[in-house]
Amino acid sequence: MSLLEIDELTIRARAADADAAPLVNALSFSLERGARLGLIGESGSGKSLTSLAVTGLLPTSLTASGHITLDGVSVVGADDKTLRPLRGPVASIVFQEPLTALDPLMRIGKQLAEPIRRHQGLRGAAVAEAVRASLAEVALPDLDRIARSYPHEISGGQRQRVAIAIALASRPALLIADEPTTALDVTVQAEVLRLLDRLVAEREMALLFISHDLAVVSSLVEEVVVLSAGVAVERGPVAQVLSAPQHEYTARLVASARALDDALELS
Amino acid sequence: MNATPILALQDASHRYHGGGLSLDGVSLAIAAGESVGLVGESGAGKTTALRLLLGLDAPTSGAVLFDGVPLNRRDAAQIRRFRSSVQTVFQDPYSSLDPRQRIDRIVSEPLRSLGIARGRDAAVQAASALESVGLDADVLARYPHEFSGGQRQRIAIARAIVCKPRLLLADEPVSALDMSTRIQVIELLRELRERTGLALVMVSHDLGAVAALCERTVVLRSGRVVEAGTTRQLLHAPAEEYTSALIAAVPRLPR
Amino acid sequence: MTVVTTTDAVATLPPRRRTRRRSVTLIIGIAFVGLVVATALLSLVWLPYEPSDTSGGRLEAPSWEHWLGTDKLGRDLMTQLMIGARIAIAVGVGAVTVGAVIGITIGLIAAFAKPWLDDTISATLDVLIAFPVLLLAMLIVAAQGSSLGTAILAIGIALSAVVARLTRILATQVLRAQYVTAARTSGTRWPGIIAQHVMPNIWPTLSVNLALQFGAAVLAEASLSYLGLGAPPPNASWGRMLQEAQSTFTTSPVGALAPGIALVILVVGINFIADGLRELADPTRKHSR
Repeated sequence: MSLLEIDELTIRARAADADAAPLVNALSFSLERGARLGLIGESGSGKSLTSLAVTGLLPTSLTASGHITLDGVSVVGADDKTLRPLRGPVASIVFQEPLTALDPLMRIGKQLAEPIRRHQGLRGAAVAEAVRASLAEVALPDLDRIARSYPHEISGGQRQRVAIAIALASRPALLIADEPTTALDVTVQAEVLRLLDRLVAEREMALLFISHDLAVVSSLVEEVVVLSAGVAVERGPVAQVLSAPQHEYTARLVASARALDDALELS
Repeated sequence: MNATPILALQDASHRYHGGGLSLDGVSLAIAAGESVGLVGESGAGKTTALRLLLGLDAPTSGAVLFDGVPLNRRDAAQIRRFRSSVQTVFQDPYSSLDPRQRIDRIVSEPLRSLGIARGRDAAVQAASALESVGLDADVLARYPHEFSGGQRQRIAIARAIVCKPRLLLADEPVSALDMSTRIQVIELLRELRERTGLALVMVSHDLGAVAALCERTVVLRSGRVVEAGTTRQLLHAPAEEYTSALIAAVPRLPR
Repeated sequence: MTVVTTTDAVATLPPRRRTRRRSVTLIIGIAFVGLVVATALLSLVWLPYEPSDTSGGRLEAPSWEHWLGTDKLGRDLMTQLMIGARIAIAVGVGAVTVGAVIGITIGLIAAFAKPWLDDTISATLDVLIAFPVLLLAMLIVAAQGSSLGTAILAIGIALSAVVARLTRILATQVLRAQYVTAARTSGTRWPGIIAQHVMPNIWPTLSVNLALQFGAAVLAEASLSYLGLGAPPPNASWGRMLQEAQSTFTTSPVGALAPGIALVILVVGINFIADGLRELADPTRKHSR
C-alpha cells in the first residue's frame, strides 16, 4: 500500500456555480514510502491546494471530492479527530513564507518544544536537549541564541531552517514542502535545498516537493507531475519530462527554463 | 566607450534614516545602446541604486549624472528631459498599473505628462507602442484586471517605450511572472533593444535573466560593488569568491 | 536562441457580466431619498399654503384643507413638512460639501506631509473626532449665531475631521502603490498624480463614507433645530417642528410624528444607498488574476 494515494481528487469553491471550472480536477497520483515526487505548477494550478487537502487542511470555503488515502486513512470528508493523529507523525508541511508560518510572539525554542513534547513524548530537561539537537540537525549555528530569539530577529534562511526543524520534530513519514525556498536568496536557497535533500535521505522520508521552478525541483526528486489549471497534464521521471515533454504546456515550461539555463551556459 | 554615458552613479552613497548605509561608494555608468545587469541578493542595495538612478531619492554623498550633468531634482527642464530619456518597468505587474485607468490612458501617460503629445496624437502613439510589444489595439479600451501578469508586463513595457526613451531601467521585470511567460518577456526586451538601440539596466537576483539580456554585469553586496565586468567573463572566470558562490548557487537543469 | 512565439492572445472578454444583484435595500433607499428630494424640489414651486399663513384653526386634525392638520399657531403642517424637506436636503448637501472640501484637503496634506506634520494633524483629528458632531456644531453656532448658513458650516466643519482621517489613510495607501511610482517616472507631477491616480482610487470608498455623513448631517441639523440653535422660523426645519410639537404631543401627535417619520425615511434611505454603493465599490467584482 502506498503511503499516499490520491484518486480523482477534485476541489471546488463551495460558492461556485456548478459549471465553473474546479480548482483541482480529477487529480490522481500516488507516493510510496521513501519516494520523492515533484508537483510542478504555476500560480492558480492548484498545487498548494493539493498539499492542504492531503492533510485535511483545506479552508472551509472549499470542498473536496474523490479519495485521498494517507497511511491507510481516508482523508477526504474525515473529521478532525481522525485527521489529527496524521498531522505530524505521518505528514508535515513546510510552507513558503516562514514569517507567517511561525508564531511571531513566541520564542523559537518554545515553538520547537511544543511538537517535540507532543510527538516525542519527552519532558523537562530532555525537551531542552531535544530542541538543541533539532536546531543542530538543520545546521543552525549559535543554538542557544537562536532558541531564545523571536522569528523576526533571525534571517529568512534561518527561519526556514527552523520551520523544517519543527516539521521534522514529529518524525513524519511524509514531508510536504510547498515552495520552501521561493522567498529566499539564491545562495540561501542552495543551502536549504541541500539540507532538505540530506535530511530526507537520512530519515528515509517520502517527499512531496511543490514548486514552479523546474530547476529546483529536478535537483531533488525522481518523478514529477505537472499541473496546469488544476489538471495533471503530464507525469513521469524528471529526465524524461525534461528531455521529451508530451504536453504543450510542459513543453513551454521546459523551453522557458532551458532558455534561461542556456543563457548561463552560453559564451 | 568614449561617449558620455546616458546615466551614471559616481561614488554614490545613500544613508537611510536609521543611520546605516544602504549604498556605499558605488560607481557605474551606462552609455547608449549598452546593457548592464545589477545583481545582488537581499540587502545588497539594488533597490537603493535603482531609486537613485530614477531620481526618486538623492544620494547622501556622490552624484547621479544624467548626460554627464548632476541630476537636479529642482530643475524642471532637466527632469523633463531626463524622464523622456530614461523610463522604467517595475517588478510587480499587478500593482504597477493603476487599476482604475484604461490601458490607453496608462500607456499614454508619459506623453501627456511630459508634454510630448496629447489627445488623438497620444492615442496613436500609444497604439503603436502596444503593437511593438505584441498587443492589439483593442487592448486600449480595457482595464488592467482583464489581463494576465505577462500581458500586464507588456503593457508596462509599452508605457515605458512610448516616449522613445534612450534607456530602460527594469526592476526585476520577470520575477513576478510565471515561469512559462518569463522567456517571452525577456525575448521582447531583447527584440526592442535590437530594433531601437535602447540601452538597458536590469536589476535582478535572477542570474539567468541577466545572462540572457545584459552584456555587462555589476555584482552588489551589502551596498558595495563586489565585481563588475562583461557577463561572459563573470560567469566563466569570476574574480571574486562571492561571485563564484552566487553563480554556483543558481539551480540548474540536468544537461 | 529560438523565439517562443507569443501565444499570449488578448484576453477575449465576454461582455462585462453585470452581476449587480438587485439589492432590495438599494431600491428602497433610492425610493425613500427620491421621495424626499422630489418633495423638496416641489416645495420650490408649489406649497399648499404660505409658510406664515396662520389662518387655519389651532392644532386641527388632518383634513382635506390641511392634509396633515395644523400646528399650535394655525400654520399648515404639510407646508412646513415640505419646507423642512428642502432644508434637510440643503443641509445634507451643503454640510457634506463643506466637510468634503475641508476634509479631503486636510487629509491629502497629511498624506503628503513629513512624519512630524502628519502626526500633528492626525492627533488633532483624533481629538476633533472624539467630540460628538453635535457638540462641535453647537460650539460653532453659539459663537456665530444661529442661521441656516451657520448650521451648514458648523456641521460641515464637524464632519470634516472624519473625512480627513479617512482621506489620509486611503491616500497614504495609494501613494505607496507602485503605479504612483510609475506615474512619477512617467514625468507626472504631484498635482497630476493626485488628480489622475489618488482621487479616482480613493473616491469609491470615500463616497460611501460621504453618503453616510449626509445622514449624520441631516440628523445633526434636526438636533440643532430642536435645541433652538438651527435656522430660525419661518424656516420650519423638521427639528424645529419636533420642538414645537413637543408640548402638544399627547393631544395632537401628528405634529411630531410627521417630521419624525420624515427624518427616519430620509436617513434610513441614505444608509441603504450607502450600503448599496459600498457593494458596488467593493471587490465583489471578481478581478481575474
